[in-house]
Amino acid sequence: MASKKTERPLSPHLFIYKPMLSMTLSVIHRATGMAMYFGTLVVAWWFMSMAMGAEAYEFFAWVMGSWVGMIVLVGFTWVLFHHMFGGIKHFFWDFGKGFELETVEHVAKLAVVVPVCATIIVWAFGLMLTSGGAL
Amino acid sequence: MSGSDKTDMRTPLSKVRGHGSAKEGTSHFWEQRLTAFANIPLSLFFMYAVFAMAGKSYNEAMAFIAHPFVAVMLLLFVVSSTYHMKLGMQMVIEDYVSGEKKKILMLMLNIFFSAAVALACIFSILKISFGG
Repeated sequence: MASKKTERPLSPHLFIYKPMLSMTLSVIHRATGMAMYFGTLVVAWWFMSMAMGAEAYEFFAWVMGSWVGMIVLVGFTWVLFHHMFGGIKHFFWDFGKGFELETVEHVAKLAVVVPVCATIIVWAFGLMLTSGGAL
Repeated sequence: MSGSDKTDMRTPLSKVRGHGSAKEGTSHFWEQRLTAFANIPLSLFFMYAVFAMAGKSYNEAMAFIAHPFVAVMLLLFVVSSTYHMKLGMQMVIEDYVSGEKKKILMLMLNIFFSAAVALACIFSILKISFGG
């Protein structure tokens, strides 16, 4: 034990595993969280532009209404739903429920499909309401 | 109680308080779950607010946010979500950043960023609410 560079066992590297859905979702959960971390800058821009005045807000609204802005917003919606449903899954795991392998696999598939559907539904409703002038 | 040693007067809770790698016991875990739970209705409301404002004029958008219910819900959303993201990013830094100096610097930057975003939003919402 004289040498400080004792050969210690390394923790298993992610890349030696065959990627599984539940494991991929875990990575995506963190990635979506980090995306929204920086995405809050858009939220801050939104509120600040309003507080700054009509000109600043109209510029913000113009950027968000452009096709680049729309892609960001639709992406943000999906990321939020994905993180949210992943989080709900974690609540069940916190209570020790849903750990059976078959359940894990089913729930993982749901966690992929449901956020996509939720995003489509929210945007369909949202666009209908805004273009219809109901709001 | 579950304690096997009868002479031990400490409760299981007191044993975990102040422990863990960051010496903060289970509070990180609890606060992350608490804000996660709050974020479900709050972020759904936020999405509603975004669509409610889309295509509106500046004055209409200002009036919408100035409504006390909307303003309070948005403030709750900002507080809960920025605190949640601070906790989440802290966990990522603790997991992946090696080297004590670098880690402490990143943990500081995380708090600065989250606090700045939170305050920028809170100040703006209050300013809008109290009349531009």
